[in-house]
Amino acid sequence: MREGEFRDPSGCAISGVIDRSGRRMSGACMIDSIATMHDRSNGLGGGFAGYGIYPEFKDYYAFHLFYDDVISKKKTEDFIQRHFDIAFQSAIPTRETKGIGDAPILFRYFVLPDARKLESRELDEEEYVVRCVNRINTEIRGAFVFSCGKNMGIFKAVGYPEDVGRFYRLDEYEGYAWTCHGRYPTNTPGWWGGAHPFGLLDYSIVHNGEISSYDANRRYIEMFGYKCNLQTDTEVITYIVDYLRRKQKLTLQEVAKVIAASFWSTIERKPAEERAQEELLRKMFPSLLITGPFSIIFGYTGGLMALNDRLKLRSMVVAERGDRAYIASEECAIRVIEPELDYVRAPRGGEPVIFELYGGVR
Amino acid sequence: MHIQAGGLDYRNLNEIVRISSDREVVIEGCMGQRYIGAGLSGREIRIHGTPGNALGAYLDGCDVYVDGNAQDAIGDTMNAGRIIVNGNAGDAVGYAMRGGKIFIRGDAGYRVGIHMKAYRERKPAIVVGGVVGSFLGEYQAGGVIVVLDLNRDPLGIVGNFCGTGMHGGEMYLRCSEIPAALPAQVRAEKVGFLQSGEVADLLREYCAAFGLDPVQVLSEPFVRLTPDSGNPYRQLYTNN
Repeated sequence: MREGEFRDPSGCAISGVIDRSGRRMSGACMIDSIATMHDRSNGLGGGFAGYGIYPEFKDYYAFHLFYDDVISKKKTEDFIQRHFDIAFQSAIPTRETKGIGDAPILFRYFVLPDARKLESRELDEEEYVVRCVNRINTEIRGAFVFSCGKNMGIFKAVGYPEDVGRFYRLDEYEGYAWTCHGRYPTNTPGWWGGAHPFGLLDYSIVHNGEISSYDANRRYIEMFGYKCNLQTDTEVITYIVDYLRRKQKLTLQEVAKVIAASFWSTIERKPAEERAQEELLRKMFPSLLITGPFSIIFGYTGGLMALNDRLKLRSMVVAERGDRAYIASEECAIRVIEPELDYVRAPRGGEPVIFELYGGVR
Repeated sequence: MHIQAGGLDYRNLNEIVRISSDREVVIEGCMGQRYIGAGLSGREIRIHGTPGNALGAYLDGCDVYVDGNAQDAIGDTMNAGRIIVNGNAGDAVGYAMRGGKIFIRGDAGYRVGIHMKAYRERKPAIVVGGVVGSFLGEYQAGGVIVVLDLNRDPLGIVGNFCGTGMHGGEMYLRCSEIPAALPAQVRAEKVGFLQSGEVADLLREYCAAFGLDPVQVLSEPFVRLTPDSGNPYRQLYTNN
């Protein structure tokens, strides 16, 4: 696999931007960015995540759904009504776009958990939402929740990413952070639900790569109630990050040391304190080490994190210009939307790069 | 010939370069187009903007100049000519390179010069002015790789796993101490100043390309890495 990246004519493409002052920008810049890397995708999937795009409903979980038919829609809406209060619902606005065909029914709901149900379950609110989403995705045939965070949304489809962005009218949304992905599926068929980003609550992941540790990771993470339904490695990364961050309360730097841990031979040569921390994390979560090539952008409320696999088998650069920070598979995808940069650099393998709103997160 | 690359996809851009009868080609506004100069000979290509991956792949005798940064896999399997980048370069610079020269003014990424090889008069060379990532010269079989660390980067001159599997050629690192954790099959020696010889000539050519002072570059000691013939990879894979 090592030479795969530069022998294949394609590989996935990822890009992301955040304005750390919180100033919002339209999704059009991400469409332009990802379009520059057109040749890294093959038209079998593209998607975007926008943060800060629903200020008018910022306290509600924004559910985005694909439905195969009206029956699955009816069943799901009954389920949502039983478990949530719905503040607003609508079709997800789209425009007819060449290159995007066979769309499922696209709907969104802004919801809060039903107060009595939530209390009787004795779950915290987020866990309640995660379990409900899991139930819809596993129990209702033909329905798929592909976004469920607050004041953020995922938009994805089968097609080239720039067409997907136009299809979802992302130029009409404004967010303080965006990520996007162009897909070149290698192991799974391209379908709408399988496009990136993958999300859980406000977490989203776009990913270029192929995880050789998929099954080991999956077996471990499924012990904690996660269901890997999609056969794709990006889904398992999303659950790993959720588990480590939301449940185990690790910092993002620590998460990076678990999933992209240094080699033992490298750890041996580090200063004592760093060595002790990395050894501890490797020993606590050995089954969550992700091997194989990857570059990811992890999005969350208030920030973006870029991370490469420890051998750096995929390309990724980061850059800054004033309040804005950029992450992309290729420098050209940044230059095309911001020709003048304060700096641009390639982080090393396993080195997390985190850009957050100045005001802090949450 | 001047080409405005804005809006051109890589196929169109490369076709224009290929069919041009001019020796000198200038590309303006380059934005990620791949494979520029691939397999070409006898041209001088100047690129403004950001060329895409695999710049100068299989290059067969052009001079290629980039005024900014280059992306991944420049000079992949190149045969002859020079690629001169007045900025940084991405990963896998000069992968399986067989001849010619690559000069990088700034840093280069992971896997610089891996699988590089030499044959008779063909002896490829890579010179990096800044520092490099891990796996420098992995499986190197021939040619010469030089890393200068001109700005004394706190990251260190090379990353991890330098020279893993090296079995030919040589590397020169402009530093006074031998990097830690080199593989047992690589011999490292402090060679002091390089005043004359092939590598000193190469560095003078490098300095000329970027307007650097060769005296300054050559006034620091070097460490030389070569495969250790006294400790070959015997029985590493098969018992023979």
